[in-house]
Amino acid sequence: MLTAFLVFFPLAAALVLHFAKGSAARVLALGASLVELAVAAFAAFVFVRNGPGRFDLNLNWIPSAGITFHLGIDGLSLCLVLLTAVLVPIILATAFRHKEYDNPGAFYALVLFMQTGLLGVFTALDAFVFYFFWEVALIPIYFLAGAWSRSDRRIQITFKFFLYTIIGSLFMLAGFVYLYLQTGPAAGSLAAHSSDIQAFYTAGHQLGAAQQSWLFWLIFAAFAVKMPIFPFHTWQPDTYTESPAPATMLLSGIMLKMGIYGCLRWLLPVVPLGTSQWQQLVVVLAIIGIIYGAIIAIRQHDMKRLIAYSSLSHVGLMIAGVFSLKDIGLQGAVIQMLAHGVNVVGMFLVADAIERRTGTRHIADLGGLTRRTPLLSVCFIVMLLSTVALPLTGGFVGEFLLLAGVYEFNMWAGAVAGLTIIFSAVYLLRMYQRVMLGPPSAHSDTITDLSGAELAMFAPLILLVFWLGLFPGTFLHLSEPTISSILTAVGR
Amino acid sequence: MLPIVLLSVFGIVNLFLGFLRSNRVLLPFALVVLALVFGVNLLDWNHAGSITGLFDSPYVAQMLTVDNYSVAFSGIVLLTALVLLPFSRSYVVAHEPNLAEYYSLLLFSLVGAIMMVSYNHLIMLFVGIEILSISMYVLAGSDKRNVRSNEAALKYFLQGAFATGILLFGIALVYGATGTFQLNQLAANIAAPANASLQPMLYVGVLLMVIGIGFKVSAAPFHFWTPDVYEGTPTFFTAFMSTVVKTAGFAAFLKLLLVALPGTSAVWLPTIIAMCVLTLLLGNVGAAVQTSAKRMLAYSSVSHAGYLLLGLVAGRGQLDGPAAQAIFFYSLAYSIATVAAFGVLKLVSDQRQREDYAGLAGLGRTNPLLAFSMTVAMLSLGGIPLTGGFFGKFFIFVTVAGQGYIWLVVFAVLMSMVGIYYYLRPVIAMYMRPAEPGNDAPIAVDGFQAATLVVLAAISLILGILPGFFSGLL
Repeated sequence: MLTAFLVFFPLAAALVLHFAKGSAARVLALGASLVELAVAAFAAFVFVRNGPGRFDLNLNWIPSAGITFHLGIDGLSLCLVLLTAVLVPIILATAFRHKEYDNPGAFYALVLFMQTGLLGVFTALDAFVFYFFWEVALIPIYFLAGAWSRSDRRIQITFKFFLYTIIGSLFMLAGFVYLYLQTGPAAGSLAAHSSDIQAFYTAGHQLGAAQQSWLFWLIFAAFAVKMPIFPFHTWQPDTYTESPAPATMLLSGIMLKMGIYGCLRWLLPVVPLGTSQWQQLVVVLAIIGIIYGAIIAIRQHDMKRLIAYSSLSHVGLMIAGVFSLKDIGLQGAVIQMLAHGVNVVGMFLVADAIERRTGTRHIADLGGLTRRTPLLSVCFIVMLLSTVALPLTGGFVGEFLLLAGVYEFNMWAGAVAGLTIIFSAVYLLRMYQRVMLGPPSAHSDTITDLSGAELAMFAPLILLVFWLGLFPGTFLHLSEPTISSILTAVGR
Repeated sequence: MLPIVLLSVFGIVNLFLGFLRSNRVLLPFALVVLALVFGVNLLDWNHAGSITGLFDSPYVAQMLTVDNYSVAFSGIVLLTALVLLPFSRSYVVAHEPNLAEYYSLLLFSLVGAIMMVSYNHLIMLFVGIEILSISMYVLAGSDKRNVRSNEAALKYFLQGAFATGILLFGIALVYGATGTFQLNQLAANIAAPANASLQPMLYVGVLLMVIGIGFKVSAAPFHFWTPDVYEGTPTFFTAFMSTVVKTAGFAAFLKLLLVALPGTSAVWLPTIIAMCVLTLLLGNVGAAVQTSAKRMLAYSSVSHAGYLLLGLVAGRGQLDGPAAQAIFFYSLAYSIATVAAFGVLKLVSDQRQREDYAGLAGLGRTNPLLAFSMTVAMLSLGGIPLTGGFFGKFFIFVTVAGQGYIWLVVFAVLMSMVGIYYYLRPVIAMYMRPAEPGNDAPIAVDGFQAATLVVLAAISLILGILPGFFSGLL
């Protein structure tokens, strides 16, 4: 029941929100997301005390096809549920600050609708339920990114994004249908088949290496586009840059994790032989992404675009960690999913705060802001240092574990992937220097510092950065059983 | 059986209502009749003939069978007509002089559709198709002062008449080879070794029948009439054509192949597969290059015939098998979404006088309800989850893949990717493009139409969220 409430409460709130106007809509949206956060925290509490048993929800959905509505929460899911629950109120609060959005109620409703999609993805234990929520999450973000963007190129950009992701998803669906037909008896009615995750694990394991080889790509296509991994990333920088700030945060902070989560839950254990076959290629692609994203980030003049490419680079490391198939690499990926979610939302929050005050994101137009904005500077530097993986921050723990995993997989891969830390220090510190320090610009005397409300948005992020950095064990303990069972299924 | 009688009787009563001064009584009357017939039809569910035993003389029973299959598909066509009617409101307001005739023709055409889904005798199939088609020929030309409407009617009539001839010739050859019109008897006679020497005649007959019905459901390469006829026909009747005719046609098609002709699958199966590939290709690519939303919907209706043909490819076994289930679900989801799409398009084109994508621009701001229901319809037609269209495609694909035609499913999936491209274009126009100056006034929608659109969107979403209610129905 708790699971069903967690997943569907935001949707219910979104429906009600449609009838609210003005500040009532704001209160309702934020209230709903905070209730959701409280419930997620309660779920975590119950989980730690009683174990995962109580979170299983298994209802008949399409009995004639053997498909059940199966949701459940284990440690891995819980981490991502918590991440989503924490970030959504902040993302909503960012939207509140944009008075220029017309029809704001619909905007908040779509954010909450999106939350249902995301939570569904993170808790689905049936392949078609997973696919269902996977696509459900796409619909609101398409409108959030497109309809509220003020860019001239919004139509082409969001269209490209939608087309890329849905084409990837359709490949995944084809793979799922194939696997589904491998479950149960060969002939007879569909009701004899099953799409439950356990049935998929069994069916996948029984397939030969040749079948797993192409099934791997069918399923991976959806995840590769969503994360995104080089060379499936071309939609990403444009979409991140041109979308309104809250949509960018949703995309980079949470939606990106759908891909990595999908790999962990639905790819590695389902087609283990396929995974081993393509493991090296994926790691190479991921490392190309790390270097490529970092080098392009160095040359960027737009804050948002720089963060977008930096995100591409950081995601590469997570993918490399996942495909190292080492315990430590997968653990690192879990921590880094959380840390990256916090960091990147924090960075976009900073970029948004600066853009709203100065009307520009262009790095060359800014400078010397720090004199009048001590609070913003502190928040900025904390988020930045966590992204650069300074020890004591969440980013450090994640990247350290990931690099250790990649290193264990292959020394050279580990060495090249490690460049990400150096590169990100280069482009992020340069950005900080040019925006906050340096010679004063036209904005440096008029800019105002963070208000109390804005500070309240940063506070949980900063708290999480240090929590993840100082006590990563909290989350490592949660995800550890799931990770080891995944690795057992892969045969490592 | 009772629905056919009621529709015929009320159709005639409706003609007499046309003598009244006011058109206003016609729409409520037609709605009440349809709702009544829809309910009466449902009474036959799981009670084949017991409610209407009065009419089940052996003679009638040989011609028509009332079973869950026919009740289910009759239900779809009746429901489609019922939810479509509110959009004819503008004809009522415009004091259309022939309105009573139009409504009567609609009711009569439904008689044909119901005969097509419940036939047990090839002559009944033919009569059903003719009743439906002739009504459609007239309705296609109902906008008499419009040249394109006249063209559409003529084109539809001439080509339809040819197709009818071909179908009838096919029926005659099949009769010649087997000596019966009865579906079950046909299957038995085809299987009988004594008829082996007549097989060439039988095969030609089967192919001609496939062509004849293929034309009616606008399957490629017999689809050439579709875009022009759909475009020229008044939008309200286009919606009727692309839903009722297609649903009835495919139900009839499936019944023919499953019950009467399983013994000749060596002939029809490759034909259907070839038609399916062609239809998917031409329908989707054709739709992608259109600039008019109405023509796009016409081509998209061709592409949906392709997905339904895919269901026929998997047509094995009984009338309650997975293929029939899949086609039933698909037809329902498709009809609901298509009615919503054409309904919105009709409201927009009535008031903005244009049927291209630009005519939809800015609708998200001026008419959120219209934009929302159009979006749901587009997502459903595109097969995106949360809507019925997704599960329609899903069931069809799974059924066909289960029969081993993986390559065909892969092809269909690729084609549905093309579909997403053009189904998003109206959505983009509505939400992301501003309306042209001077053409940005809100579209007037009366409460009845608004309620219908809400119902349509709700059905699409229910089909997409709780497909289990409908998927195992047959």
